[in-house]
Amino acid sequence: MKALCWLGKHRLAVETVPDPQIINPGDAIVKITTSAICGSDLHLYAGYIPGLRAGDILGHEFMGIVQEVGPAVKRLKPGDRVVVPFTISCGRCYYCEHDLWSLCDNSNPNATELEKVNGYSGAGLFGYSHLYGGYAGGQAQFARVPYADYGPIKIENDLDDEQVLFLSDIFPTGYMAAENCDIQPGQVVAVWGCGPVGQFAIRSAQLLGAEKVIAIDNLPERLEMAEQGGAQVIWSGDDVPDQLTQATGGRGPDACIDAVGMEAHGSVYDDVKQTLKLETDRPYVLRQAIQVCRKGGTVSIPGVYAGFLDKLPFGAAVAKGLTFKMGQTHVQRYLRPLLELIATGAIDPSFVITHRVPLSDAPRAYEVFAKKEDRCIKVALKPWENGAA
Amino acid sequence: MHSATLDLEQPDVEAPPPAVRSGEGVKVIRACTINRSAAELFAFWRNLENLPRFMINLVSVTQTTPTRSHWVARGSRNKTIEWDAVIINEHPNEMIAWKTAEESEFRHAGSIRFQPAPGGRGTEVVVSLEYDPLHSDVKILTRLFGKKPKDSVSQDLGRFKALMETGEIPSTAGQPVGSGKQKEEQ
Repeated sequence: MKALCWLGKHRLAVETVPDPQIINPGDAIVKITTSAICGSDLHLYAGYIPGLRAGDILGHEFMGIVQEVGPAVKRLKPGDRVVVPFTISCGRCYYCEHDLWSLCDNSNPNATELEKVNGYSGAGLFGYSHLYGGYAGGQAQFARVPYADYGPIKIENDLDDEQVLFLSDIFPTGYMAAENCDIQPGQVVAVWGCGPVGQFAIRSAQLLGAEKVIAIDNLPERLEMAEQGGAQVIWSGDDVPDQLTQATGGRGPDACIDAVGMEAHGSVYDDVKQTLKLETDRPYVLRQAIQVCRKGGTVSIPGVYAGFLDKLPFGAAVAKGLTFKMGQTHVQRYLRPLLELIATGAIDPSFVITHRVPLSDAPRAYEVFAKKEDRCIKVALKPWENGAA
Repeated sequence: MHSATLDLEQPDVEAPPPAVRSGEGVKVIRACTINRSAAELFAFWRNLENLPRFMINLVSVTQTTPTRSHWVARGSRNKTIEWDAVIINEHPNEMIAWKTAEESEFRHAGSIRFQPAPGGRGTEVVVSLEYDPLHSDVKILTRLFGKKPKDSVSQDLGRFKALMETGEIPSTAGQPVGSGKQKEEQ
């Protein structure tokens, strides 16, 4: 099959590799009909996530048709149309049983490595480095999906691929970020970063009853999309904390969502430290969010941070009694309710797609997405279209 | 801190001599919580012939008498390491303790305990291993327990947990991977 492989920092290639096979009895093989490039893939592309090896297949947002199932699989059969969560979760450990799927105890075969970094290991992830299990990803024509009875959701209606694909990650991720804000009637939510996760956080905050959502970004096309989604927008070149404070009657937002993460722009200090490897992440947005959040408010962090953060204003967080909520998305928790929102027309997630390309063009699409060229916000990949097969 | 190699709560006729003398051994303790009952875990473990399913260094374990078993592990260069082990204490659903038989080329003792985890979280499994480099073939010990014995035991326990909770052990062995090399531009 054809698959997008990571070769090294800023280097990718579509290679012909063997088709995936069933390895464990609970596996399924899925023929991928649509895949996507995620903002978090850019952290891999840029070499900020350790534990990638040359040749690794990337991609964790994908869907398709079940091709084959292992002998233990009961709920899926060949021919079923499924969306696959990016979190690989066993379904039977304490965490999975308590709806904390991304904290699965069993799915990461390299857990010992991650335990050294984080204390304990969470779930394995598709195409997201050997620290997270080294599972081959879904920017490919086929993927092996472990624990097939506990991850993929069957799509039994006639919704398009593009409407349901983002159940795999960014819609649940944005939704969980908003849910973590514990939004009460009349509340104002600020969202830093109007990339795909930010766009879903904006719309989810409104679905969950926010009075007002204020979105912050530096790119006009993203701010336009945020505005179309009902947000009030602030260009990040302005004095964001001051603008937010004035826009909220001097109180500050009730909840702040950092949908940017470790590669935030805006601080030369952090750019230099990260380049010199004195700091693993650039927590510029997180600092702003802590500073401007109202007293007793919530900071929700769906953006990816991977290591050690420098000079966080923790004193401000303590002084104002802030609540912090974060974590990898418990995707399986949100599949059914969010599919229901799509099916009833409350939201059509395909709004976020700006580019559709065959898999063969994926290396170029990464570059366009990374450099924010051509008003690119979200790339959908077609693994079987012209030139790809 | 812990002087007795093994807790012999009910020393029968005659307590066997310790395999690892006090103060001489290296001790590794690793714990993990498994979402299954102590009875299920004990039963699986007590059938020692199951152990190679999750202890990747083992080739086989054969029960030769109710308390004695023959172990075969992978050695270097396609050789095997073989020894006999003796169960020296056992409380159903609670614990099993063993040591290497007298004639073994290395001295090792161990125990596994199963105790209910608080909050209905299954069972806390605690493995305690001791081995004695002074009275053993160190190459064999390194082969058996790895250069990082804590990691080796943790990984074995992790595989035991996965097998008991899900019926399978997570793996990516044999999955597709690219060459990792840039193709020549045509």
